[in-house]
Amino acid sequence: MSDDLKLLDDVANSEYKWGFVSNIESDNAPKGLNEDIVRFISAKKNEPEWLLEYRLKAFRHWQTMTEPVWPNVTYPKVDFQDIIYYSAPKPKVQLDSLDDLDPEIKATFDKLGISLEEQKRLANVAVDAVIDSVSVKTTFREALLEKGIIFSSFSEAVHEHPELVKKYLGSVVPYTDNFYAALNAAVFSDGSFCYIPKGVRCPMELSTYFRINSAGTGQFERTLIIADEGAYVSYLEGCTAPMRDENQLHAAVVEIVSHAEAQVKYSTVQNWYPGDKEGKGGIFNFVTKRGICLGNKSKISWTQVETGSAVTWKYPSVILKGDNSVGEFYSVAVTNNMQQADTGTKMIHIGKNTSSTIISKGISGGRSHNSYRGLVKINKSADNARNFSQCDSLLLGDQCGAHTFPYLEVSNKSAKVEHEATTSKVGEDQIFYCNQRGISTEDAVGLIVNGYCKEVFNQLPMEFAVEAQKLLAISLEGSVG
Amino acid sequence: MLTIKDLKASVEEKQILNGLNFEVKPGEVHAIMGPNGSGKSTLASVLAGREEYEVTGGEVLFNGEDLLDMSPEDRARAGVFLAFQYPVEIPGVSNANFLKTAVNEVRKSKGLEALDSKQFLKLMQEKMKLVEMDKTMTQRSVNEGFSGGEKKRNEIFQMAMLEPSLAILDETDSGLDIDALRIVANGVNALRDGNRSFIVITHYQRLLDYIVPDFVHVLYKGRIVKSGTKELALELEEKGYDWIKEEVDATLNA
Ligand SMILES: Nc1ncnc2c1ncn2[C@@H]1O[C@H](COP(=O)(O)OP(=O)(O)O)[C@@H](O)[C@H]1O
Ligand SMILES: [Mg+2]
Repeated sequence: MSDDLKLLDDVANSEYKWGFVSNIESDNAPKGLNEDIVRFISAKKNEPEWLLEYRLKAFRHWQTMTEPVWPNVTYPKVDFQDIIYYSAPKPKVQLDSLDDLDPEIKATFDKLGISLEEQKRLANVAVDAVIDSVSVKTTFREALLEKGIIFSSFSEAVHEHPELVKKYLGSVVPYTDNFYAALNAAVFSDGSFCYIPKGVRCPMELSTYFRINSAGTGQFERTLIIADEGAYVSYLEGCTAPMRDENQLHAAVVEIVSHAEAQVKYSTVQNWYPGDKEGKGGIFNFVTKRGICLGNKSKISWTQVETGSAVTWKYPSVILKGDNSVGEFYSVAVTNNMQQADTGTKMIHIGKNTSSTIISKGISGGRSHNSYRGLVKINKSADNARNFSQCDSLLLGDQCGAHTFPYLEVSNKSAKVEHEATTSKVGEDQIFYCNQRGISTEDAVGLIVNGYCKEVFNQLPMEFAVEAQKLLAISLEGSVG
Repeated sequence: MLTIKDLKASVEEKQILNGLNFEVKPGEVHAIMGPNGSGKSTLASVLAGREEYEVTGGEVLFNGEDLLDMSPEDRARAGVFLAFQYPVEIPGVSNANFLKTAVNEVRKSKGLEALDSKQFLKLMQEKMKLVEMDKTMTQRSVNEGFSGGEKKRNEIFQMAMLEPSLAILDETDSGLDIDALRIVANGVNALRDGNRSFIVITHYQRLLDYIVPDFVHVLYKGRIVKSGTKELALELEEKGYDWIKEEVDATLNA
């Protein structure tokens, strides 16, 4: 390896900065998975009969399925009997206000850089915090309720708005969808629920922070977002996880329903523990995220910045059912060291004049593998459907891999589909140019990479974009100089 | 300010600089001319610290310090600026953002506080006038989609922002029409303050009508083979390089 490549390699190698374990007593289910565990979870959460039935059906279906394998991803087989499926932090007191929050949990948030107090004061972000499995605290509920907006933990929604949950749960991602979606439907512990009524524009960004805490617990959140006709909401999801030697499974499901003329913007910044430099430990992130544009002119945008996890398998998708509906996918996926990511999107065009945009930026360093896998499907019914896809890969060294797998299925001749793909390396001449202006190599790589991701960062809400830039800089930070 | 002694350098095993000597004092403007491939850009790259260029002998002192021992960014922070013959594009990074990072790095190394956005904007507006630069240029990505002339002008703009003590201009005039040439030269002249030194690498005498040098050197086969004042440039314009080549080759073969 030349010195320059070595340097890039060093820059690409960085330490995980969020690896701390907080000490909150947890209330665990016994290890393993069977019908009793499913019943245990449901009972713990005091669930109505219909939901237990739903879980059991999903579980029985899951048992008939086999774990999928992907050609470009290798990892040790997950032992599903070696996982604890339920773990709730024990609240010491009933929480009435933010001030009652467990100081440990609070400290955890502080370390994560989100102080609830701060956010309360700023009063423009509502946070639903999920540590392990139970939603600890939902802020701003009252302020939102005035507008008729429901933003709560999934469990609460089950009790308070069973008709909505019953109507929409599994309507976008049925439990039969895939192996992990079935598993999630059987054992999901908690997550967020959000409903924006007709014509209401949600006045603040809704935000959820997920964090995997207990050793050996899988996290199976379930998120359901519904924007009724003409509604608008921007939803932010951030994730971190402590450093552990063993791998932890994360299999979430997110469902979005966007009615006629409604718009949902869903942004994720994911920096779960990616494992150490040799690939030991880290999160397996197998997530199913899908939205449906049900009515005329409805819109769903996914924006994701993925820097964490040992293995990521994730394809936020949009079903464009309503005529004139719009689907967007903006993604930055960074892999480093031994990380593997297989991510992309599916845009399923059903309605007339539907359009979709895909902008994917993959960045790979170390010995990592980064794949974009995307499907654009234009159904027979989708007259004048349009898609534009741009998939760029940036290599930070010569030992990493970038792959692009665009799949295209067009069954309507009036469709217009454009695909562009590029692969580039951070140029030594670019770095030298920065050096010559007084900028260190490490900062130069940060600058160049951030520039490369600009189109995606532009889609994020301001504060989140700043966070994402910092995160990127940190993931690329190394031992240079 | 800058003392180069018997400098030898090679790239890809090929010796390019063959024992180069010269000295630049504060406030002086030195022009370096010479036929294509004589090693002018190589000299500029070696001074700026480009890694592919291996120094195989000699020394370079910059304000008494061993320049060759410093990293490229430290050289820049110490006041060495190179206006590139081929400026590099950095997509997605605005000129303003790039320069703010650079300016604040240089300030940090001098123990000065970083400029905030307002102060930086003010500085930028002031310097933009020097090169008659359009406001929109600062929001565009570094050199991306810039015309040849815009790129060169941007180099001079960066120089004005960074206020180096030694500026090396590598064929900043090539590819410029007469108006752009005048703008670039005016920018450079505005920065001549009696202390700041310049090494102006050029092919054509034309630029030296605008930027009047104190000394003119001819580089050929990796050596300075002739030095003089601005009259030398006029002579070269008139007679070309052949007579020098013949002179040198005759002595080399003797
Ligand atoms: N990166 C490089 N790799 C290989 N050869 C090079 C490189 N840079 C310069 N050279 C060679 O070194 C010689 C001098 O080049 P250069 O310094 O660019 O000359 P000038 O700027 O005077 O035209 C030329 O023969 C050129 O081909
Ligand atoms: Mg040259």
